[in-house]
Amino acid sequence: MSMRGPIATHRSATGIPTGRLGTWWLLASEIFIFGGLIACFILFKLNGTPGFEDASLTSVTAGAINTFVLLTSSLSVVLAHAAIEKGDREKSFKYIWYTIGFGLVFLIIKTYEYTGKIIHGHTITDNLFWSFYYTMTGLHALHVIGGMVIMALISFDIRKGYNFQRVELIGIYWHFVDLVWIFLFPLFYIANF
Amino acid sequence: MIEYYVQSASSFAGDIDNLFLVITLIIGFWFFLVFGIFVYLMVRYRRKDGVKAKYITGEKHSETKWTHYPHYAVVAFDVVIIAINILVWVDIKQTLPPRDNLVRVIGQQWSWSFIHAGPDGELDTPDDVATVNDLHLKVGETYHYELQSRDVLHNFAVPAFRLRQDAVPGRTISGWFKPTKTGTFDLQCAEMCGYGHGIMGAAVTVHSEESFNATMAQIQKGSYESHYQKRMGTKTDLPSKTSHIGKEDSFAALLASIF
Amino acid sequence: MSQEAATVQTDIHEEHHEELNFLHKYILPTDHKIIAMQYIFTGMIMAIIGGYFAYAFRMQLAFPGELVPFYGLVGPGEYNMLVTNHGTIMIFWVAMPVLIAGFGNYIIPLMIGCDDMVFPRLNRLSYQIFLVSALVLILSFFVKGGGFGGAWTSYPPLSSAAEYSLTDWGSSLWVLAVALEFVSFLLGGINFITTTMNARAPGMKMMDIPIAVWFIVLAVILFMASVGPLIAGAVMLFMDQRIGTTFFLPSGGGDPLLWQHLFWFFGHPEVYVVLLPTLGIVADIITVFARKKLFGYRTVLYTAFATGGLSFVVWAHHQFIAGIDPRMANVFVVTTVLISIPLAEMMFSYIATLYGGSIEFKTPMLWALSFLAAFLIGGVTGIYLGASALDVYFHDSYFVLAHFHYTFFPITIIGMFAAITYWFPKMFGRMMNETLGKIHFWGTFIPFNCIFLPLFFLGLAGQHRRIYNYNHFPDLATQELQDIRVFATASLVVMLFFQLIFIYNFFVSMFKGEKAPNNPWKANSLEWSIPSPPPHGNFKTLPTVYRGPYEYSAPGRDLDYWPQNEPPEKS
Repeated sequence: MSMRGPIATHRSATGIPTGRLGTWWLLASEIFIFGGLIACFILFKLNGTPGFEDASLTSVTAGAINTFVLLTSSLSVVLAHAAIEKGDREKSFKYIWYTIGFGLVFLIIKTYEYTGKIIHGHTITDNLFWSFYYTMTGLHALHVIGGMVIMALISFDIRKGYNFQRVELIGIYWHFVDLVWIFLFPLFYIANF
Repeated sequence: MIEYYVQSASSFAGDIDNLFLVITLIIGFWFFLVFGIFVYLMVRYRRKDGVKAKYITGEKHSETKWTHYPHYAVVAFDVVIIAINILVWVDIKQTLPPRDNLVRVIGQQWSWSFIHAGPDGELDTPDDVATVNDLHLKVGETYHYELQSRDVLHNFAVPAFRLRQDAVPGRTISGWFKPTKTGTFDLQCAEMCGYGHGIMGAAVTVHSEESFNATMAQIQKGSYESHYQKRMGTKTDLPSKTSHIGKEDSFAALLASIF
Repeated sequence: MSQEAATVQTDIHEEHHEELNFLHKYILPTDHKIIAMQYIFTGMIMAIIGGYFAYAFRMQLAFPGELVPFYGLVGPGEYNMLVTNHGTIMIFWVAMPVLIAGFGNYIIPLMIGCDDMVFPRLNRLSYQIFLVSALVLILSFFVKGGGFGGAWTSYPPLSSAAEYSLTDWGSSLWVLAVALEFVSFLLGGINFITTTMNARAPGMKMMDIPIAVWFIVLAVILFMASVGPLIAGAVMLFMDQRIGTTFFLPSGGGDPLLWQHLFWFFGHPEVYVVLLPTLGIVADIITVFARKKLFGYRTVLYTAFATGGLSFVVWAHHQFIAGIDPRMANVFVVTTVLISIPLAEMMFSYIATLYGGSIEFKTPMLWALSFLAAFLIGGVTGIYLGASALDVYFHDSYFVLAHFHYTFFPITIIGMFAAITYWFPKMFGRMMNETLGKIHFWGTFIPFNCIFLPLFFLGLAGQHRRIYNYNHFPDLATQELQDIRVFATASLVVMLFFQLIFIYNFFVSMFKGEKAPNNPWKANSLEWSIPSPPPHGNFKTLPTVYRGPYEYSAPGRDLDYWPQNEPPEKS
């Protein structure tokens, strides 16, 4: 395996591999973006803004299935990482594509939900609750799509035999996407606080 | 110092001027002290042949005291400033003394409307007097204002009263002031409000009792000449919302010429 | 693989020293030095645009209604657009790219002793996004309705609805450009932090990192922690403008004050985001030219931590009279005034560094010292504005304007010139002309004070900001005040004229200047131990660090400097 990139990339004064450190910092900045949106949502909700009772209109079942799908996909990405640690490229490739598949299921259910809501007139401009709903779940869905694309790219890389460490990195990212959903699910589906 | 430039025409203007003076004295002292030492060090320790610089780490106590002691003094002065400031702030913005009169101030793009409460001292009654860009006040009375905005953020600013308050659409913000000097003063919009922000002024006229009543009567009869118009003379070239469209081409062409 | 990578040592020499073709060297570079130049040059071009805007609106203020030479007529809409974009450009497209991205890119790998940033392609991507953001901003000046004119703070509802702002696409492109710029700096920032954490030369401990690098990394962390909510806010604002949501419109249940909180939660740390790199650069420069160890390295560092931490809890001092609960204001007065404690300590440490020194007034040193002097004024006048009761009078007045120009001008312009004159020999391998440098320094610093000191007095007179013509306010339309405005404008023109000398000096020195030795200033940090300009890959062999960066005039040595990578003598 040849070394790619500058020497700097392969140094590790902290003992943490550079890629992992970079991913952590990326996620740190993402936390503030989603955190900002979630904080705004909660502030409006606590202020008793009209429209927030629409949270009862979202389908808890669809949300719960999606939570389950995403959690399962987190498991499969962990398995992909475990496989690549053992050097089993084919198995890892397979699990990465399972993860992408779960991501796709998530998006299909999401699309089904969006369609149903829009048919019933709950568009993004309906009221503030729906504005937040579409903005935040939409931003989250963009992260899911982005993760899927990167995963597909990585899967071909590892099949050819390089950049094995990236399976771990996309795994960390995927867990983060999962975690964001764990916050969004109660806010938009369950909560009537 | 502020009074040299602007008259002080409200009951709390003096407090703010005094606060300004106190802070000026404190930071003036610090500024000239630090700046003096700074200049002294630059001159005293300029490079001279054969003189080597000292080796000082700034980690030992005998050295750090030179920055730490002034630093403690800064803390002490900070406490003074905070204390005086909070006293003045509580008086101006946090408490609402009992009112003698009431006025509603409404900002919109790009003018001010005023609804004077009239003799009964209550708003939304038939004796209200509405004016545009002209606020009339009685000297020595404590006024409450209800500040509203019809569209974007505006700021109700009367420098002579040392008064500024944002008007936020969807909210009514209350506050108070007490004019202490007769005369006509500028009212500005001090929050960016779009195209006509630069012309969004009004006139505040503080009257004596008789003059106030006479003016109010004139307004109700309709034989009233706007103080704002009088003050502005011919300068009221108020732009309309559409007059500027098409103007941008000259600007774009000029900008384009530099790229 | 990752463990394997971590153990790779300093002796790899491989394909990346090969000659690159022009396209890959200058257009799509991954070399941090070239990317740094791209940032610095882009920033300087944007500075020229920002300066031109300042010229246009200052001329309008001095001679209202007259045709401005080289510009034309400045109407109210154009005036708003000019001030808005002057502010936006100077902060987001000059201060940040030049000081953080530009010099950060240039000096971080060199000062910590590695061959490049850890993610070179990410670095290139962040510059490309930045370039796109700059182009989007420039595009926004030419769309129908003109550029955005709702002030750089872009408070909604003015910024969120075209019916109020009258600049339909101007506002949207403005938000888009700012959001893209934030994304670019987030990506760049990840690179900076990871590089400094992981790629330090062997032997370089945390307390051996030059303050300039420390402060740039701290600035990036502050940026990262503060900008997230505003990116969310920018998305919301963009959707308000284009889709018709009502996040910030009271008519639909939204709240205009929410944007102010999101903006200033970012906006105040942002001041320290641009301040810290300059403070770091100044620390390095004054130690070199005073031949002194920095007074209290740890103190300076910890005060920066304290300032950064405090900057997150002061944002509402921009909103004392914005309609927030007046009782809240008291809390923010306390936190705001508290900031003076760490910053005063830091200033004292910088000034104490001069004590016992052997100060040589070379151009970079003049810039660094003038930064301290000007920033002192900016700092002390901040106390007035931190006091809420005075803010009742000074909010959105020229006093505020003069105050923050006394902080931002030293930070951005003086800091930029300090850094350029200091690292120019390293960047281009040639020395700048010292005489022209000094003429340019005095020709900038004196007019700078002549522009902004008078504006404090306009502020005292109650003059409010962002007004294209004060004739509409009789109390402000007096001859006395107009004379001050004319004087400030004249000083600006003088200052802009002197910048021509800098541009001349810059380009002539770049090609014709005296050849620079490796270490023209006899400085300690690692970048001076290699040829000027540094070759691709920077260091022949990665250096080993034995000591901190500020060991000047150490007792018992003949030389008054002691490079960080010079092995200690065996006794």
